[in-house]
Amino acid sequence: MKFAVLVFPGSNCDIDMYHAIKDELGEEVEYVWHDATDLSEFDGILVPGGFSYGDYLRCGAMANQSNVMAEVKKAAEAGKPVLGVCNGFQILTEAGLLPGALLRNKNLKFMCRTVQLKVENNNTIFTSQYEQGQIINIPIAHGEGNYFCDEETLTALKENNQIVFTYSGENPNGSLEDIAGIVNERGNVLGMMPHPERAVDALLGSSDGLALFKSIVKQWRESHVS
Amino acid sequence: MTKVKIYVTLRESVLDPQGSAVQESLAKIGYNEVSDVRIGKYLELQIGETERDIDTLVKEMCEKLLTNTVIEDYRYEVEEAN
Repeated sequence: MKFAVLVFPGSNCDIDMYHAIKDELGEEVEYVWHDATDLSEFDGILVPGGFSYGDYLRCGAMANQSNVMAEVKKAAEAGKPVLGVCNGFQILTEAGLLPGALLRNKNLKFMCRTVQLKVENNNTIFTSQYEQGQIINIPIAHGEGNYFCDEETLTALKENNQIVFTYSGENPNGSLEDIAGIVNERGNVLGMMPHPERAVDALLGSSDGLALFKSIVKQWRESHVS
Repeated sequence: MTKVKIYVTLRESVLDPQGSAVQESLAKIGYNEVSDVRIGKYLELQIGETERDIDTLVKEMCEKLLTNTVIEDYRYEVEEAN
């Protein structure tokens, strides 16, 4: 399986993402600059964290205007897995690929620590290798991860089981319903504030993020075996 | 040249923790009469010769990039500069 790690000016988790795929998962991966105009050779798209365009105007707003985002939309429409982490999540909401928005953390602090997440839905291409309700340890590092959407959207998210991860115990940012990660209606676009790519080896403090990437690869292999 | 002043504010349904912190600070230094603070953004655009309708242009830019209508409202004023 071949992954693209998008790189915007100001991305800073691209190397972690690349490492997770290449060294821990053992799959093919390439960095793709934001002005790329073709992603057709890739099977999965990873939008990493960071501070694209310095978070100027709004987090993810200007990254969403990059050439590559039109290609990300095509990939999502084609049913390819698209994962946005942290700033990547913010970019995907700005792009309209995921509903809602990420607001300033309720306590106004930049939160940087390992948190516990609950797997709310293991019936997705991103979470099949977790148990339903499993508690996992994944680091967060963000100042604007306070998930917000209107009532109607929240009802839809719940009805379609689109809430994939919630914060377990402490909610670090004030997000609605403790939401840490959601998928689109079709289930092939996941956005999450916590960083699974930073939790892929016990040496890093946790390897609980690896199962997320393994889930993606498993689904891809199964759908590409004739 | 046309000058456009755009005011972007968080929608009323959206909590503004930054505004709340400022309101608390104001109360701390004696301004207890302030019951709420909302913080927004102000953008000033200089627009050169264009055949396009200014209102359409500004609305388009606000919807596409300058604001996120999921969480923000905007209003604007157009000034013809000499």
